[in-house]
Amino acid sequence: MKISVNGKETILDNGVTIKELLEKEYVEMQEYVTVQVNENIIPRDSYKTHIIKDSDTVEFLYYMGGGSN
Amino acid sequence: MNFTNEQLERYSRHIILDDVSVKGQEKILNSKVLIIGTGGLGAPAAMYLGAAGVGTIGLVDGDTVDLSNLQRQIIHSTRDVGKPKVISGKESINLLNPDVNVVTYNERATSQNILEIIQDKDYDFIIDGTDNFPVKFLINDACVMLKKPFSHAGIIRFQGQTMTYVPEQGPCYRCIFQNPPPPDVVPTCQQAGVLGVMGGIIGSIQASEALKYIIGVGDLLTGKLLTYDAKKMEFRKIDIHEDKNCAICGETPTIDQLIDYELNVCG
Repeated sequence: MKISVNGKETILDNGVTIKELLEKEYVEMQEYVTVQVNENIIPRDSYKTHIIKDSDTVEFLYYMGGGSN
Repeated sequence: MNFTNEQLERYSRHIILDDVSVKGQEKILNSKVLIIGTGGLGAPAAMYLGAAGVGTIGLVDGDTVDLSNLQRQIIHSTRDVGKPKVISGKESINLLNPDVNVVTYNERATSQNILEIIQDKDYDFIIDGTDNFPVKFLINDACVMLKKPFSHAGIIRFQGQTMTYVPEQGPCYRCIFQNPPPPDVVPTCQQAGVLGVMGGIIGSIQASEALKYIIGVGDLLTGKLLTYDAKKMEFRKIDIHEDKNCAICGETPTIDQLIDYELNVCG
């Protein structure tokens, strides 16, 4: 199936979870990335269970703070 | 409002712009913008807002100018090392434009002072130029509570991002990021570095958002997260949405007090 990940078309098997997608895309700090699927922010504790569907638009949104501690 | 000849000359490039004109410049001269953090983001934002003639600019920062700041914080100079940033900032803005009333708050923004600071001049727009997550969430919550529009932004390495919150017109920062990450999890510029000019690019966009809001022109980054990757030379505008369960701006907010999250202060 075809989905969009961060604006790029990506081919994915059926039944892939968000966690598996994060791994496939080599996302660092997976516990701290915000994942938006279509219009919804998915709760982090659902990453292992939420299944991506055909034509989903997925965005990985990152904390970006700058500066110093 | 009567413009002096000098003002007509100084702001001529705004006045001849159809979307600004005399009316728009009047709005700018009567406006009040608070900039929290006079660092990588706040510095260029403050310079451009000063140049534009924003009537009152508030600068909030408890730090002094450090040599390592000068790679990107262009409002400060070598001779300012050791000086409170807000004083250095005020001097630079007024050298550029004596019209601007610069109000300095030589302190860190905390839950104990931020509401008072925002209400001090009843600022029209707030710019988050800060460098840590606890205070970014604090600014968000204070602006939601006081129903003030603000620009959020962050930069690191070769990347930056920004979004604009206008009450009732889109998500707040917490709608997207819920809570700050634990300390030391997300790298800071001190740890990972930042291309100095990233602050210039993103901070200038923040100033642009403030001016567009004040003048009432164009599309703001409400409901949009603008991300910039300088290496790929790529901007993306990602649609983001209000979370009806948001702890501060949602239908049944659970946060009714400002929070000072644990701040890991570098010694």
